Amino acid sequence: MEKVIKLNGKKYEVPKGVGTVRQLLDHLDLSDRIAVIEKNQSIVPKGAYEEPVNDKDQIEIIHFVGGG
Amino acid sequence: MPIGKNGQERLGKSAVFILGAGALGSSGAEMLVRAGVGKVTIVDRDYVEWSNLHRQQLYTEQDVAERLPKAICAERRLTAINSDVRICGIVTDVTAENIQSLIAGHDVLLDATDNMETRLLANDAACKMGLPFFMGACVGSYGLTFPFGVQTQQPCLHCLLETLPAQTMTCDTAGIISPAVVTTAARQAAGVLKYLATGEMEPKLESADMWTGERSSIDVSGLKKSDCPSCSEHASYPFLTLGSSIRPAVLCGRDTVQLSWPRNKRLELPLFVQSVRKVVSNLVHNPYLVACEYHGHRIVLFHDGRMLVHGTKSITTAEKIASELVG
Ligand SMILES: [Zn+2]
Repeated sequence: MEKVIKLNGKKYEVPKGVGTVRQLLDHLDLSDRIAVIEKNQSIVPKGAYEEPVNDKDQIEIIHFVGGG
Repeated sequence: MPIGKNGQERLGKSAVFILGAGALGSSGAEMLVRAGVGKVTIVDRDYVEWSNLHRQQLYTEQDVAERLPKAICAERRLTAINSDVRICGIVTDVTAENIQSLIAGHDVLLDATDNMETRLLANDAACKMGLPFFMGACVGSYGLTFPFGVQTQQPCLHCLLETLPAQTMTCDTAGIISPAVVTTAARQAAGVLKYLATGEMEPKLESADMWTGERSSIDVSGLKKSDCPSCSEHASYPFLTLGSSIRPAVLCGRDTVQLSWPRNKRLELPLFVQSVRKVVSNLVHNPYLVACEYHGHRIVLFHDGRMLVHGTKSITTAEKIASELVG
């Protein structure tokens, strides 16, 4: 079944093979970035990235960058 | 009426410290100066280059031609915009040695640096001195902001970063589009104005991507670490105690090494101009710096004794060039 989540306020079709928060970060090329992640209004701790990404989840990802 | 008469009066009595006069610093400074804050100190170690002009809104082609330091141009332009505001531009590298004396006497710190190392140094100094900190960073079409420091139970920047992989300590070399700068700076400036006018601050981590339209806001108040080395009761302020940046350093994301003028030699820019005039080309000098080309490298010597050697990432190469020029 296709999963559709809300990612940073926008509708996002989760690609096949992406089942966890970690896999989502990998897919978005953010896995080696420092990021704060929120799933359904609660923060996902760094040690809990194996949590599943489910249909209709609301996920927010803010990653840090250096520039300015 | 977000500010009101009383708020405007409070703004007029406040002092803002802006760390960096690059893209975010230019944009944020202009908003705060037009809004009528009492004093703005803006500090930057660099000079204006062509590649800055698409996003660093205080500078002009003339500033590039004159090789003027950003802090000097920023002071001139900001004073021309609103002469009621006391503007102080300082050309220096912000280091563990000087940051506390630089930010003393200000009410807020606006982060506009272009690298994580200086940002964490500023975070330590702000935590130690109890100064509200308005973090901002951007790259590409993306930017993020995070204010903190009014209440002690709020997390600091270091709390959010936890571990620091080497990757985040380097800087982003990708370009930045101006809309990303301006939106990031606008959020920072709105936060600063609101805090100065009302004393309120919302410690939210926020981001926006001006290309994809993604936006995000996360309440991070639960991320305060009780053993944070920067903001806990027993803080050690690790970035304030790190070695001095007087040692030679490869500049973040740039093909450039920064060295210092040897301590045992007197530094006078006019004398340096005389001594290198015959061996260098494209010599430009002003009261703040001397810029020239030497064996394919662009060299810039600032009056505070810093020397930039462009076109190399090798400290050995840079030191060899410097010793040939300094004699
Ligand atoms: Zn902290």
